Amino acid sequence: MTTTNAPPTRKRSHGDSAAPPRKRRNLGDLKVAMIFIAPATLGFVVFYIWPTLRGAYLSFTEYSLLSAPKFNGLANYERMVQDSFFWNALGVTVEYVVINIGVQTVLAVGIAMLMYRLTKSITVRAVILAPYLVANVVVALVWYWMLDVQVGVVQTFLGWVGIDPVAFFGDSHWAIPTVAGINVWRHMGYTALLVFAGLQTIPKYVYEAAEVDGSTEWKTFWRITLPLLRPVLVMVLVVTMIGSFQIFDTVAVTTQGGPINATRVIYYYIYERAFTRFDFGYASAMALVLFAILAVVSLLQLRLLRAKESDLA
Amino acid sequence: MNLSRRTLLKAGLGALAVPAVAACNNGAAARGDGEIIYWLWDSAQLPMYTECAKVFHEQNPQYTVKIEQYGWNDYWSKLVTGFISDTAPDVFTGHSSKYPLFADKGQVLPIDDYVAKDNVDLSIYQKGLADRWIGADGKRYGLPKDWDTEVYFYNSALTEAAGISTEQLNSMTWNPKDGGTFEQIVQRLTVDSKGRRGDQPGFDKSNVKVYGLGYADAGGGDGQTSWSWYAASNGWKYSEGEPWGTKFFYGDPKFTETIGWWRGLITKGYMPTYAQAKSGVDVTTSFGAGKYAITPNGSWMLGTYGELKQVKTKLARLPIGPVGKRMSMMNGLADTIWAGTTRRDASWAWVKFLGSQTAQDIVAKAGVVFPAVAASMPAAKAAFAKSGWDVTPFLEPVEAGDVFPYPANPNAADVTAVMTPAMDAVMSFEAEPGSLAKANRDVNKILSANA
Repeated sequence: MTTTNAPPTRKRSHGDSAAPPRKRRNLGDLKVAMIFIAPATLGFVVFYIWPTLRGAYLSFTEYSLLSAPKFNGLANYERMVQDSFFWNALGVTVEYVVINIGVQTVLAVGIAMLMYRLTKSITVRAVILAPYLVANVVVALVWYWMLDVQVGVVQTFLGWVGIDPVAFFGDSHWAIPTVAGINVWRHMGYTALLVFAGLQTIPKYVYEAAEVDGSTEWKTFWRITLPLLRPVLVMVLVVTMIGSFQIFDTVAVTTQGGPINATRVIYYYIYERAFTRFDFGYASAMALVLFAILAVVSLLQLRLLRAKESDLA
Repeated sequence: MNLSRRTLLKAGLGALAVPAVAACNNGAAARGDGEIIYWLWDSAQLPMYTECAKVFHEQNPQYTVKIEQYGWNDYWSKLVTGFISDTAPDVFTGHSSKYPLFADKGQVLPIDDYVAKDNVDLSIYQKGLADRWIGADGKRYGLPKDWDTEVYFYNSALTEAAGISTEQLNSMTWNPKDGGTFEQIVQRLTVDSKGRRGDQPGFDKSNVKVYGLGYADAGGGDGQTSWSWYAASNGWKYSEGEPWGTKFFYGDPKFTETIGWWRGLITKGYMPTYAQAKSGVDVTTSFGAGKYAITPNGSWMLGTYGELKQVKTKLARLPIGPVGKRMSMMNGLADTIWAGTTRRDASWAWVKFLGSQTAQDIVAKAGVVFPAVAASMPAAKAAFAKSGWDVTPFLEPVEAGDVFPYPANPNAADVTAVMTPAMDAVMSFEAEPGSLAKANRDVNKILSANA
């Protein structure tokens, strides 16, 4: 980037004489660059790299927080394989992610399309983003109240259309879909805006061409919009899915893992093990496994969906 | 773009650094030698303790107390991180479900020497209270500050409408076979959507408007406010060698028949299904909306029930069970000293003061909790009477000695992790009460592994 600032001279663009000054110049940049990235690097090392490494080390220890960690090899991982709560937590988390990401992505694309085709109003965009601006815990609490089986306002609405009260949080079949639904409500506007930004990168001429060719709205969406949106959509999917796997706060303020074990998602289980049962080594081991799962899932998504290529090229 | 990101990062790092620095200030070095930090979780008690700190400072000018309050959930995680990072408060409010683990890990200071040196009179406390703070290792870890028991909180408008007298409510009997007069009252108090009562012909149990009995949850391993008094008055006890149980009895027929009867109230329609009960914000909110006639709860909830303006709440005794008497769990809090404090003498002076009648009279007069010092009780009773509560039902089991302790255990969190899902499964009819025998085996396995 910096090299383009200097007008190319014949001398520089040919032969060996060009190489040395460029090298020196790069090294000079390095110093300044180091200064500029130092704060970020420091934060990254102190708050990400170091905790990650320490977490990895702790996963091979027995550590009760209140006494020093004791190395115990792979014992935590062996325990994990036999721990039915761990497998249940993984299953519950996957159920949550599938519902959450599935519904959220479809709705977000729908909303983005509506915005793109019908309105460019800033007000509408702001309103759509509004739920995302409310703190997660507040959202969870408000919904918890509204869905209360005895006094919740949602139950009153259901009553008007002749539906008996539904124990959204109390019924083990409903609990995860309910938690997923709440987070869809909170995040779909934000996701829609990302998709909307993606839509705006699609050149107008492809649509004009489609129109000339007599393509229907439906066909245009499937044949043009979606394929051209793919790189953005993959990015959105990877980011939201990582976030989705880390579902914690909604569960922590509403069901706390219950009823029975229906909402004990992996993050909540890790938290329970670490901070209420002081089983920090085991919790670290689970966190590391979750890290590996997320890395693999993200890589697979990027690979399978060819995130780097655009069909525009 | 680059600039804003950098600025953001700097701002972020700055923001992160501020609490870190502030946290360091919480440490011992930055404070005066006579200044101690004291933690509690109940915001309702903050004013009384601020008052106590003032009086304490007047009596001991060399010491000052800085009080910090955090909500129950934050409290314990903050405390544990404080232990690890050496920034825990010098003195903090302890709970019988939590301190055994801390004691086990050497985080709370045994006070036996101080108690002996200052000749602290332990007989001024309600019977048995001081001994709750003797750990499994035989050492004393705190001086009691308050106590609690359970009773039934009932909606008096609903009992009057059902024609049930105060005498009837206060002389209930219970057994695990037919539920005794207690079940009859609960049955009568249940009303379906057409206004038919549970004991009237045509009662529709699938369309209940008011449930006779409410419950917050399945009770987990202690059942403090859900089933503990039924099981105890059926002659059951939690474990061998209470309160430091090494072998639990959740598989005992006396327990499983109690739970079997209790969940039978759901089948009969007198109690909401587990899903409905857990789907509520909390049991007091539903009670306040007139959905429950009776809800059992602990004395620490008096303030919350007092704030329910739509209903008139009164208190009724627990029922007399097969053992021929009423039994209530008696639990309490105590002030404990962090083992890592550098101000042991100041901390002890404060703990001793909070355990004295001077301090407990201040607490008693506020009418929020029951003081541990027996002589402070009349003041508390008067304060509760002023806010309209006749708290006698809470006191009777204590005076009669018919109380049992909270099942304390250094592995309480692990026991809870087994018992909560197990009880949830039984109450939601996904498992039979007999399945508790398996949960009991799991609990005992945990205890023997950690013994």
